[in-house]
Amino acid sequence: MTGRTLRRQPWAAPALLLLTLIGVGALVAAIDAGTQPATASGAPSQTQVAKGSALFAEGCASCHGPAGEGTTDGPSLIGVGAASVDFQVTTGRMPLAAPNVQAMRKPPSYDREETLALAAYVAALGPGPAIPSGSVVDEWRDASVAKGGELFRVNCAQCHNFAGRGGALSDGRYAPSLMSSTPLEIYEAMLTGPQSMPVFADTSLPPESKAEIIAYIENLKQEPNPGGLDLGRFGPVTEGLFLWTAGMGALVAAAIWIGARVR
Amino acid sequence: MTATITPPAGPVQRGAEATYDYLDQRLGLSALLKTNVRKIFPDHWSFMLGEIALYSFIVVLLTGTFLTFFYKPSVTEIIYDGSYLPLRGIPMSEAYASTLNISFDIRGGLLMRQIHHWAALFFVAAISVHMFRVFFTGAFRKPREFNWLIGVSLLVLALLAGFAGYSLPDDLLSGTGLRIAAGIMQSIPVVGTWLVFLAFEGEFPGTAFIPRLYTIHVLLVPGLILALITAHLILVFYQKHTQYPGKGRTNTNVVGYPLLPVYVAKAGGFFFIVFGVLTLISALVTINPIWLYGPYMPDQVTAGSQPDWYIGFLEGALRMMPAWELLIFGYPISLNVLVPALILPGLIFTLIALYPFIEAWVTGDRREHHLLDRPRNAATRTALGVMGLTFYVVLFINGGNDVIATTFDLSINSITWAMRILLILGPWAAFVVTKRICLGLQRRDRDLLLHGRETGRILRLPSGEFVEVHEPVSEERAAILMARQDVRPLPLPPATDADGVRTPGLWHRRVRSRLSQWWYRDDIPAVTPAELAAAQSHIRHELAAAESMGVLPHEPELSEALSRH
Amino acid sequence: MSPTSDSSDRSAGGFGGYDPQSTGEIDSDVRGEILRQAGREPVTRAAQPLTAYGPQPAAGMTHYVRQTDIDPRAARRAERQVSIMFGLSALATVGFMIAYVVLPADSLVALPFFGRTSASNLALGLSLGLAIFLIGAGAIHWAKKLMPDVELSQERHPMLPDEQTRADALGQVVEGGLESGITRRPLLRRTLLAAMALLPLPAIVMLRDLGPAPKGELFRTMWSDGRRILADITYQPLRPEDIPVGAMVSAVPEGIVEVTHETGTLNERAKAPVVLVRMAPEDIRSQQGQGWDYQGILAYSKICTHVGCPIALYQQRTKHLLCPCHQSTFDLADSGVPIFGPAARRLPQLAISVDSEGYLVALGDFAEPVGPTIWERE
Repeated sequence: MTGRTLRRQPWAAPALLLLTLIGVGALVAAIDAGTQPATASGAPSQTQVAKGSALFAEGCASCHGPAGEGTTDGPSLIGVGAASVDFQVTTGRMPLAAPNVQAMRKPPSYDREETLALAAYVAALGPGPAIPSGSVVDEWRDASVAKGGELFRVNCAQCHNFAGRGGALSDGRYAPSLMSSTPLEIYEAMLTGPQSMPVFADTSLPPESKAEIIAYIENLKQEPNPGGLDLGRFGPVTEGLFLWTAGMGALVAAAIWIGARVR
Repeated sequence: MTATITPPAGPVQRGAEATYDYLDQRLGLSALLKTNVRKIFPDHWSFMLGEIALYSFIVVLLTGTFLTFFYKPSVTEIIYDGSYLPLRGIPMSEAYASTLNISFDIRGGLLMRQIHHWAALFFVAAISVHMFRVFFTGAFRKPREFNWLIGVSLLVLALLAGFAGYSLPDDLLSGTGLRIAAGIMQSIPVVGTWLVFLAFEGEFPGTAFIPRLYTIHVLLVPGLILALITAHLILVFYQKHTQYPGKGRTNTNVVGYPLLPVYVAKAGGFFFIVFGVLTLISALVTINPIWLYGPYMPDQVTAGSQPDWYIGFLEGALRMMPAWELLIFGYPISLNVLVPALILPGLIFTLIALYPFIEAWVTGDRREHHLLDRPRNAATRTALGVMGLTFYVVLFINGGNDVIATTFDLSINSITWAMRILLILGPWAAFVVTKRICLGLQRRDRDLLLHGRETGRILRLPSGEFVEVHEPVSEERAAILMARQDVRPLPLPPATDADGVRTPGLWHRRVRSRLSQWWYRDDIPAVTPAELAAAQSHIRHELAAAESMGVLPHEPELSEALSRH
Repeated sequence: MSPTSDSSDRSAGGFGGYDPQSTGEIDSDVRGEILRQAGREPVTRAAQPLTAYGPQPAAGMTHYVRQTDIDPRAARRAERQVSIMFGLSALATVGFMIAYVVLPADSLVALPFFGRTSASNLALGLSLGLAIFLIGAGAIHWAKKLMPDVELSQERHPMLPDEQTRADALGQVVEGGLESGITRRPLLRRTLLAAMALLPLPAIVMLRDLGPAPKGELFRTMWSDGRRILADITYQPLRPEDIPVGAMVSAVPEGIVEVTHETGTLNERAKAPVVLVRMAPEDIRSQQGQGWDYQGILAYSKICTHVGCPIALYQQRTKHLLCPCHQSTFDLADSGVPIFGPAARRLPQLAISVDSEGYLVALGDFAEPVGPTIWERE
């Protein structure tokens, strides 16, 4: 997405007037690419925690404090749990590239083994949501897509949009597109409430409901577009842009052809 | 029969003549055809924008009729069991289920739905563009003020029809739109609650509104649109079309091609082009994928809840308005709703409707106008138009501020603030800039007429001075450039007449005179025919001098033509 | 506008200002013929009749000779092109019917760039679109290449008819009016006007039964003391410990499904829903009533006070609730007051507690009406 490099400055807003007209293409292609980490879990071993501790001291402690107790630059990680670490690190949101309104998805800095070590270390700091097991996450394969749709519309669509393409929040924050999120990441996000997102705990949104929601999102990812090009599934805004560019463009071109003098 | 009059005719011709004769005896066809069948219409692409609107509307009627065969205007709850799996087993209204049915189970149903919706969007878009053409060329001036009013009514009805149609499928997006409409209704002082209870037969959403809206959408509004379009076209026909200035075109003639055969083919063909393009777009590009939105539930909502584009300016206004609410004797006056949703559109449409009368009052122009203005030649009007357009566009952009925020990684709050400021400053800047551009173009036109076209050839005069050789502009060009006239603004009225009696209506006439002077103030003086003649003779001398020194203008023919004069 | 001013306008000979005839015309006889042979050069026509009927060519107009006018092969080529378009249109129509019969409504096809799309919609749309488009394109090509393109001219007449016609018309109107007696019989005139003025009233009066009188429905929801709070869609009752700090639950009153079925409307769903959020008690700066939270769990109306959109974009870090429709933002840590956007009133808070079984319940209905402005709200 081209706009990612723009600074969130108030003065940048007027420039969007021009950018809106130019950026039709950007709207359609506004999905971040991401890598798909393999799901794995298991009881953390002592060596894992030790390795995680080393990695933490090196890559995380500067913001989160040497013992994960938090500093002015980063929140405390005590009690956030392994699921939170796994989500943040596998989606590349942590470590943060630069202080920003919101951490963005990017290629992860740690491999799977290192990520699990970090998760084990943070989990050892205080009790928190564990990384859900592969079998729990995989329950979405048998879950009801229709039921998931209802749950999605009540719990998720208000921020992530009806098709999981993401949406704007206050002050430059945003709910990201879910189109490159893996079932495990979605599960972990619901469990831990990263950044602006509220927590959808297993107690208020049971695992079978989470599976249904994941099933719906997975269905959205490969849902065909019977009507043709989906224009990014942003709703009427991109439809209007198409109308005023290609659509009216075509008809006005036809009118010009009709009115043009023949040689 | 009278076939004996034309002995050697073939059977087709005989049949045609017999039919004509039959109809002529009963309808007096000849009298009608004599004056109309070869009626002249001027040819210009911008005259076809209105046709796009007309044809889109016909397409909307055709496809809409098909949709009514399958759509059920009912919010009775049913459990969906159609062929779209991700919604199977979900409770929803019959309206939504039948729209899903049209989309997934009726062959060609999705195509018809998409053509219908695209055509509706094109309808309003084409009306808008057409109105801008009419505005910027001054085609609304006397004697066409009534047709302008009909056009404004059509625009309002088109918005109404569009919004009603958007609300019928009862999907999450359309229900949210209705929710907002109900909220706006409810905020109206004194009668708000009653209005909602009458419209919705009780509280929102109730069960009555969708069936009622359906009647409005398929009968009332299209009936009115059809009637007004008919009146609109009759007036265009009767008053004859305006034309752009040009060689041979005057205010008292109309130059172009005859209805038969050229416009039967061109305008008729354009209907098929519009219909065809709409169908092709509908084959290739999704519009309103209601199955993704899900059924309407008043406690569900999606990010990026947007109306169709033509309501976008109202959405933008609602989003932009500060949170102002007054309490007067304990009664709430919700300016945050009333101003953007009711007062603003009311003002905008009233101003658009009255514009021809306002301009005529300011300029004091009572003449008939059949030759169009070039926008630059009516600098103040053009600047006012761009000013209004800027205001509209700022509102419109803010209607999509959330999508813009996510796409360009900006903050919704900053966009909203920027748009609030732009809404106030932008139009004034647009006015000044547009007016300057128009005046610059006027000046250029004058220069072209008086000094000719630059040929890019440099000539050294015997005095040693270097000059560029100029050619006079072509006759066709000159005719276009000469179309502008100087208009004298209304003079300031004397305060008292010769007998010392105070001029009646002095204040009113003073305001008008001031406005009139402001209107024409900066216009560059138009070239008079005498000036033109003098200038051309000068240019010809220069050319002759240049030729004598071996520098030839671009086209030998032109100098040849000139030498004959 | 007075008739005199207009007639003087007319005597000025229109308002184009510039009469192109005065600049003279280039003689077209010999030179025009040469140019015509050279092809595609401008020719200025003298006003010579084209046909015996109707409008005639405009005088002094520049005319461009087309290739098809001077080259029979070009004309035949254009004719062939038009026929091909018409022929292809016919084929496309046949194709449409084949596609209609052959392709089921739910058939899919995978295409590059498009992804998977409906084969039926694509085939029907493309064939129908081409069938229609090609007729139009053919007709226009025909008009442009083969029909005469000499511009004709017609006189315009001022909208205002001449004095005699006006006098005649006006005379008839006045005479007819006088004959009716409407000017001489004021009683007739006034009673007619009064009757006509009253006549539209039934049309307005009859709208009365469009709906019932408001009876305070907008001030009530189905929340009541002790009514359990259920998670929406799953309809599970909630315990405080089910909701961790940072969580948000979209919730409805117990019995909403039954009410929906009984009434056949979604009216309760349009006003009763709440969002439950939990924050650390020390983060709650204020709320609408003392102890209306339960251990940091707060329940606020989910219906925006601006124009009624469901509002659930809860940002747990800032405790702000954002409306996706018009971006009103409410601070749930501070009594739900609006802090940005058009909403002017705070979100009503629902006082909650737990029942004997430990489930979250309401302590009553909202203390203030939910949703958009109500005139009678004081």
